[in-house]
Amino acid sequence: MALTEKDVERLSVLARISLTEEEKKAFARQMSSILDSAAVLDELSTDRIEPLIYVLSKYNVMRDDKVRPSLANDEALANAPLKEDAMFKVPRLI
Amino acid sequence: MTEKYEAVIGLEVHVELKTNTKAFCGCGLSFGALPNSHVCPGCLGMPGAIPVLNRELVEFAIKTGLALNCKIAEFCRFDRKNYFYPDLPANYQISQLDLPIASAGYLEIESEGVKKKIGINRVHMEEDAGKLVHQGSIMTTPYSLVDLNRAGTPLLEIVSEPDIRSPREASMYMEKLRSILLFLRVSDCKMEEGSLRCDANVSVRPRGQERLGTRTEIKNLNSFRSLERALEYEIKRHIELLEEGGELVQETRTWDEDRQVTLSMRSKEEAQDYRYFPDPNLPPVIIDPEWVERVRKTLPELPDQARERLMSEYNLSSYDANLLTMSKDVLDFFDACVAEYNEPKLIANWVMGELTRLLNQNNMEIKDCRVTPSSLAAMLKLMEQGTISGKIAKVVFEEMFNTGDAPEKIVKDRGLVQISDESAIKAIVDEVIAANPKVVEDFKAGKEKALGFLVGQVMKASKGKANPEIVNRLLREELSRP
Repeated sequence: MALTEKDVERLSVLARISLTEEEKKAFARQMSSILDSAAVLDELSTDRIEPLIYVLSKYNVMRDDKVRPSLANDEALANAPLKEDAMFKVPRLI
Repeated sequence: MTEKYEAVIGLEVHVELKTNTKAFCGCGLSFGALPNSHVCPGCLGMPGAIPVLNRELVEFAIKTGLALNCKIAEFCRFDRKNYFYPDLPANYQISQLDLPIASAGYLEIESEGVKKKIGINRVHMEEDAGKLVHQGSIMTTPYSLVDLNRAGTPLLEIVSEPDIRSPREASMYMEKLRSILLFLRVSDCKMEEGSLRCDANVSVRPRGQERLGTRTEIKNLNSFRSLERALEYEIKRHIELLEEGGELVQETRTWDEDRQVTLSMRSKEEAQDYRYFPDPNLPPVIIDPEWVERVRKTLPELPDQARERLMSEYNLSSYDANLLTMSKDVLDFFDACVAEYNEPKLIANWVMGELTRLLNQNNMEIKDCRVTPSSLAAMLKLMEQGTISGKIAKVVFEEMFNTGDAPEKIVKDRGLVQISDESAIKAIVDEVIAANPKVVEDFKAGKEKALGFLVGQVMKASKGKANPEIVNRLLREELSRP
């Protein structure tokens, strides 16, 4: 399956990743070959098989509506590269 | 011009549920707390944290679905809605796509005596995002700050069918939906605080045409008033554009409250693709009929039923019944008061009149109010016994509202007991007659209105405490003497 550079471009927009022209070319080639090897699966007939969404047969896994301790503010922000006024500081995004 | 066209409106409402904890973790809900103090690895979107569904969220959703006459799904599941935005730390929102918990319901609105059903397409469960704090406007802020206390708060999204035909109907739908949610006690429904939010889809088409026109979606509607105004604006914009032969663009627009216009929100990259897929971390929810019936039994009286009851049992007008059933707290206050003093119409007048006036004036809600149903009943009894006049009652009531004191105490402390002693009133009547010969003459000459003035003078002289019935009777007696 041949993925075009246009496909890669659209994916990069969705993933918010900017790519150079060389990268687009390289990724188109690499992703195509990944898809090709996965295409082997298409040879199997899955007509009478339900899609598998959950690996376990569990359902209704629920908890009571009881408050459990949260993280303290400094713990919550421990990994943040930038912070201000007890909040994460991020670039403006429209 | 508007006769030629008809508007087609559908509303998407998001309501924050007042559970104790978030939808998928045990963090407590908070409004106005220190930022990022009600968070955990789950709602911070840390890799490896597993969401666990809050049972109360499902119960609230079933309750709401039943109250909106929906069919409750026997099987439903959660999906991931993927998008990148800093207020969404996991880069996906847990929501429901094709198997929502409730669908195919309706609610009823009534305009000028005509009832109309507005279809409910679906009710689904999802989680809220966090909050972004900007300096000034989002367009000019140098950076943004992220508070994730709200992230993971349980929401219901309630989507109407496009059955709404006017801005007025839209706000009536919202009011009815709000009162149902308040009666169910599943949400505070405060539009100004964002616990009840509404997006509107609107299009217009020539009357009689089946096919729908191009629709636009309006966001940022923070009050019933802005909902109506924004829809009026947008409908007019659509019609004008069509009349000029222009073409509408399907887009999302935002309501600018200051300028009273809708503005396009389209960004350059409209490459929105949510790539929904079932969330493998959340096992499905199976709701058997017994569960539904168990919840159905817990449904309280709903606004429509309460309305019927007020009209049939107490003979209240449909207008009064509507106002009293806008909020569960108001209705409870009314019912409790009637239980102590069986004068429903009189109580309705006080609740919707003086009480509402003072609440609005002080920007308060009935549940925070110092006047209790018992104290209002006690005050009305004082009125009935003739201890205080209707006029004085207003003074007493305001004092009750401000201080929380019992009416008996206020009447006693401030010496507001009505004067019903005929000889005392007679003395004032005589004075007033003597002091106003001209008015007395007018009355005797047939000018009935002159009596009102004399009554007023007597009331004034008695500082409002004279029993008005006795004042009237004595004045007439005196004036009819030849």
